[in-house]
Amino acid sequence: MNKFTLLFAILAVFMVSCGGSSSENADAPPPKSMVENAEASEDPMANKGVGPIESLTLAPEIDQAMAAEGKEIFESLCTACHKADKKFIGPSPQGIMSRRSPEWIMNMILNPEEMVKSDPIAKKLLVEYNMAPMANQNLTEDQARKVLEYFRTLE
Amino acid sequence: MKPRLLTSCLLFVVGLFIYSGCGNATNQGALNTSSAAEKVYVAPGEHDEFYAFLSGGFSGQLSVYGLPSARLLKIIPVFAVDGEKGYGFNEETKPMLNSSYGFIPWDDAHHPELSQTNGVPDGRYVFINGNNTPRVAKIDLSVFETTEIIEIPNSGGNHSSPFTTENSEYVVAGTRFSVPIPQEDVAIDSYKDNFKGALTFIGLDDEGHMDINFQVLVPGYDYDLAHSGKGKSHGWMFFTTYNTEESHTLKEVNASQNDKDFIAAVNWKKAEEYLAEGKAKDFPTSYLINRYDETTHTATSITRNSVKVLIPEECPGLIYYLPTPKSPHGVDVDPTGEYIVGNGKLSADLTVHSFDKMIAAIENESFEGEVDGIPILKFEDVVAGTVASGGLGPLHTEFDAEGNAYTTFFISSEVVKWKVGTWEVLDRAPCYYSVGHLMIPGGDSRQPWGKYLVAMNKITKDRYLPTGPEMNHSAQLFDISGDKMELLLDFPTVGEPHYAQGIAADVVKANSKKIYPINENEHPHVIRQEADARVVREGDVVRIYMTSIRSHFTPDNIEGIKVGDKVYIHLTNLEQDWDTPHGVSVLGANNAELLVMPGQTETLYWEPTKPGVYPFYCTDFCSALHQEMQGYIRVSGRGSNVELSWSVGE
Repeated sequence: MNKFTLLFAILAVFMVSCGGSSSENADAPPPKSMVENAEASEDPMANKGVGPIESLTLAPEIDQAMAAEGKEIFESLCTACHKADKKFIGPSPQGIMSRRSPEWIMNMILNPEEMVKSDPIAKKLLVEYNMAPMANQNLTEDQARKVLEYFRTLE
Repeated sequence: MKPRLLTSCLLFVVGLFIYSGCGNATNQGALNTSSAAEKVYVAPGEHDEFYAFLSGGFSGQLSVYGLPSARLLKIIPVFAVDGEKGYGFNEETKPMLNSSYGFIPWDDAHHPELSQTNGVPDGRYVFINGNNTPRVAKIDLSVFETTEIIEIPNSGGNHSSPFTTENSEYVVAGTRFSVPIPQEDVAIDSYKDNFKGALTFIGLDDEGHMDINFQVLVPGYDYDLAHSGKGKSHGWMFFTTYNTEESHTLKEVNASQNDKDFIAAVNWKKAEEYLAEGKAKDFPTSYLINRYDETTHTATSITRNSVKVLIPEECPGLIYYLPTPKSPHGVDVDPTGEYIVGNGKLSADLTVHSFDKMIAAIENESFEGEVDGIPILKFEDVVAGTVASGGLGPLHTEFDAEGNAYTTFFISSEVVKWKVGTWEVLDRAPCYYSVGHLMIPGGDSRQPWGKYLVAMNKITKDRYLPTGPEMNHSAQLFDISGDKMELLLDFPTVGEPHYAQGIAADVVKANSKKIYPINENEHPHVIRQEADARVVREGDVVRIYMTSIRSHFTPDNIEGIKVGDKVYIHLTNLEQDWDTPHGVSVLGANNAELLVMPGQTETLYWEPTKPGVYPFYCTDFCSALHQEMQGYIRVSGRGSNVELSWSVGE
């Protein structure tokens, strides 16, 4: 076997192994794109999002003390990107309670990394807001719940 | 043996070694490379078993590696300014490098030492000494940052430092160069009359703050290394000496004349009694303690103007000298606390003293002499054994958990494993090249973890791809879990890794902080929310209160700054997620960047010199919109009437 034949044989082995692996993958679904799937078709109020909050029932009346604490937390940790009165880096929370479920809101606060990867509404918002993903400000569940109560006052 | 004859013999043996070393060039690696590779392989995403803290030597810093992979995890700035982290450049950390001589941007770091509880590394702190302008630093392992640096007065080179006692009651600082104490303008050749040494004991209070409890005034020798007693010898600290000849010139020759120098044994519990009795003298001096507060994120300097000094002649039982052959370098105490190993660097043998025999000799007052009130014990009364290894130039010894000791030999460039108690040589492994210190995780403590040994070599030569005349120093990782040491890995290091410490990762990593809570930030110029961002002028001092969050600064447009203003940019990073620092830098600022951790505030000082519009931007890639994280500062002429204004998004 001369050098050329050897080289050819090696190349052939490479080609076979490459071809083999690509045919194996032929049936697999193509890689998911965050952008092309960003269509929210379901009723947004039925979407509870992805994260630690599975179910939450709100009392009929707003707890004003809790809302006041929530306002303070919001102003300290969130206002760099969210303004109560206008769209800024991210959306305004004004009227959010009629647009999103309470579970979704808390999951967005507590679990933003996973939300923008797998929740259809969060994925759509990421595109709409210039690909600026929401920062995880490490709120506790208790803090996030208070912020939610504050949002109830922003009708 | 006459010194000259000894030197010739040494040269001959070294020559032989080098000659045979060259012949073995093909066999300078791990014996079984695939098994060695498996032993150091830490899969992507997996963590190492040990943290290793390697001194940065003349880089002035401390390197953190994972073992066994030898991944470089972090370089912690300690004694030298570091543009990467803004250390020594931002207003908050500048005071860390203050001294009684003013701001010093560099030092030579030598020996990392982990804090201990009950003689075992506890993962709270690493201490490290600055050799050139004598200092000791403390690194807090919850944040891996330098949080305290103390200056050592009456010292001429802080080498035998910062070795700790069993519960970190003290870390010590023995002087390598004796100097006039207190310092004064005298002729150098008056050395024998005017020069003294000082052994410093730095205490830690309940909050972990360092201050000097006392110094012991000792003869004008060179105090080289130290280690504390443990177990039954807890309460004692051992220091090696050389230059007992008290030479002040050509020490290479003149400090190597005596057949024996000393290991100094200091009874620090006795010292505490003398302190309580008021036996210490207050020596006027000046030294600084620089403390970084993790709540204000700011360092401040405290000045002390005197130090308590104990004088051996007035304090019997405080200190003894153990004669030890040939300029002992390392002094290493075995895990039981019984054996004190003197690594006589100009000798072939190791001398091992017995703590029990030392105590008996002290009780019998069996002394062969005295110097400046310090009794000299008789060599034959204290020696427990000699390790005749066949190596040359022993420097340092560490221990495993199975009663074995491992000693580096610089001249013969090898590590020798021997049995504590029988002094029998069990194994030897060559090092490439010229090994100095070695480190076994927990190897200078009561309970070594063992398993690995890192040899830190002074010479690199051909071990890696060449990088011009300067080569990084080389370290070598050995598996010591079996009877024979097995070389696993070579890896380059930063600066000169004199000494290192290793600790099980689990002891440290659970305490590692991820962020600074913004609501606990008490920096005098913090703003805890973006709404408080503002610019304030007081005369020619302008303070910019700025925030950062992915991916903008507030304010990002600033006008009304004038040439000659003293501008302080106080940047608070509002992020509260792990690993989300933001940096900031300004075109033309005679300064480094800031690198601000989540929840932290840091200050960049800038004196603009020319009118114009100056961009500033985030220097740490933070998000998809990092390239958009930028702003402008307008600088007007001195007499301009452009009003001070600031905004974002307008």
